[in-house]
Amino acid sequence: MVASTRVPSSRTSQRHLVGVAAPPLVALVALLAGWELMTRALGVPAFLLPPPSAIARAGVTDAAGLAMATLITAEAAVAGFALSTLLGVLAAVLLATSRPLERALYPYAVLLQTVPIVAIAPLLVLWFGPGGRAVTVSAFIVSVFPVIANTLAGIRSVEPSLRDLFRLYGAGRLATLVKLELPAALPSIVTGLRVAAGLAVIGAIVGEFVAGFSEGAAGLGILVLSAYRQLRTDLLFAAVLCAAALGLTLFGAVSLTGRRLLRRWHPSARG
Amino acid sequence: MGEASPSRERGVRVQIAGVRRTFEGEGGEVPALAGIDLDIAAGSFVALLGPSGCGKSTLLRLIAGLDRADAGTIRVSPEADAGGATFAGGVVRSAATSTAFVFQDAHLLPWRSVLDNTALPLELAGVDAATRHAAAREELSRVGLSDAEARTPAELSGGMRMRVSLARALITRPRLLLLDEPFAALDELTRGRLDDQLRALWAELGMTVIFVTHSITEAAYLAERAVVLTPRPARIVLDRTLDLPTARAATIRLTPELGREVQVLQEALERGGA
Repeated sequence: MVASTRVPSSRTSQRHLVGVAAPPLVALVALLAGWELMTRALGVPAFLLPPPSAIARAGVTDAAGLAMATLITAEAAVAGFALSTLLGVLAAVLLATSRPLERALYPYAVLLQTVPIVAIAPLLVLWFGPGGRAVTVSAFIVSVFPVIANTLAGIRSVEPSLRDLFRLYGAGRLATLVKLELPAALPSIVTGLRVAAGLAVIGAIVGEFVAGFSEGAAGLGILVLSAYRQLRTDLLFAAVLCAAALGLTLFGAVSLTGRRLLRRWHPSARG
Repeated sequence: MGEASPSRERGVRVQIAGVRRTFEGEGGEVPALAGIDLDIAAGSFVALLGPSGCGKSTLLRLIAGLDRADAGTIRVSPEADAGGATFAGGVVRSAATSTAFVFQDAHLLPWRSVLDNTALPLELAGVDAATRHAAAREELSRVGLSDAEARTPAELSGGMRMRVSLARALITRPRLLLLDEPFAALDELTRGRLDDQLRALWAELGMTVIFVTHSITEAAYLAERAVVLTPRPARIVLDRTLDLPTARAATIRLTPELGREVQVLQEALERGGA
């Protein structure tokens, strides 16, 4: 009768991990080998497409610069993501308080998503000055919408009978929010945050393209641009890989935290 | 405490007079209740019986104060309220918490343990953690779930979840317990056990119970009085005090007396056009 929710034992989860990780790894090795051979055999110029070995070499020789740039971009992306989490959930809670308010303001939240960040990035430089702050705001603008939309949907889909229950026991607005709406919306919020995590990195790098120039602190976006200008395509690739790794790390951290939060009760975090 | 002597002063009297309720539907107005008059004595066990969607749940929601009637009045009054002494033994006694509602599904909060689900009404009333947890443990042992307090709802069977829902409803010592087809989704055996448990709880605690169901046998088996409603808009076709012994056991399910009551209710339902 009791529904089984047991966590798989460590050995089966290890085997599971190998099963998940092996196929893409094999594909990657094959791809890299093919790429290396092709560029050598056809004599492709390195500024067009450097072989993987050259990219790896650039990664090693420029390790310090790449790490620094990754750190700077990470800082802006994480700050932007944190802003999105905070303000996005707050905005959704506000919109959820009344239908008329939602109807009045939601279109503008949608606008945030459709506005091309490249077009308004110069504006951000004017308002926030070049550097980290403008980049953070760029990461925020790009990543906030999925947080708002998913949180709102989560709050809206709370079981009406549960609302009745809280009403029957005289729960106030705040108690209903904290003890019913936010926990019930948590799976949706986590979904929104996972999307936002990847978007925040994209927003930070795009922001850096336009607004990232301030002395000393050059993020991955700046590194990509300067590598491009110097035709250091190997370094460009290495920077892109760093950006991808950063996005994956942030996404992974949010997913893991979400799973931990939901593990005991939500089907999305099981099995 | 014997089954034959429920402490009736615990319950409240429910007087319903000329209650109407109409909903706005796609194709115009849908009347759900067309003038319901009902006087339910304090401490009684009444079954509201009718076909699905006949408006009996609407009536229950009106009594609970979760919805407003278009016309008519509903009075829920503590008839034998002798200075509040009748509430002795409970943990929290306030007007707001004296009505409890059990829904068709258990409707537990999946992120909370069984213990914290049970304690929720007291938590919302501002009772401190130690007191409400002690009260929740007491209610859980009453419904036979003492060893499940640390589990989450997802780890329970449907019947166990419903029992947690009952424990949660009882924790405020309600003077009025409203149940909206609470066991409808359960298998026959589990349902029978919960029926017995509910009768026993009523006998022990003496609150007024209004039980909505579409099962004729369940209504006859559980209640002292059965009110049969017609399909939308709901009208009362039969209001009958059942001629069955107060002390009921599972064996009564097979007696001719119960069979006779079931037949009377069945005929009333058919007469009503169900």
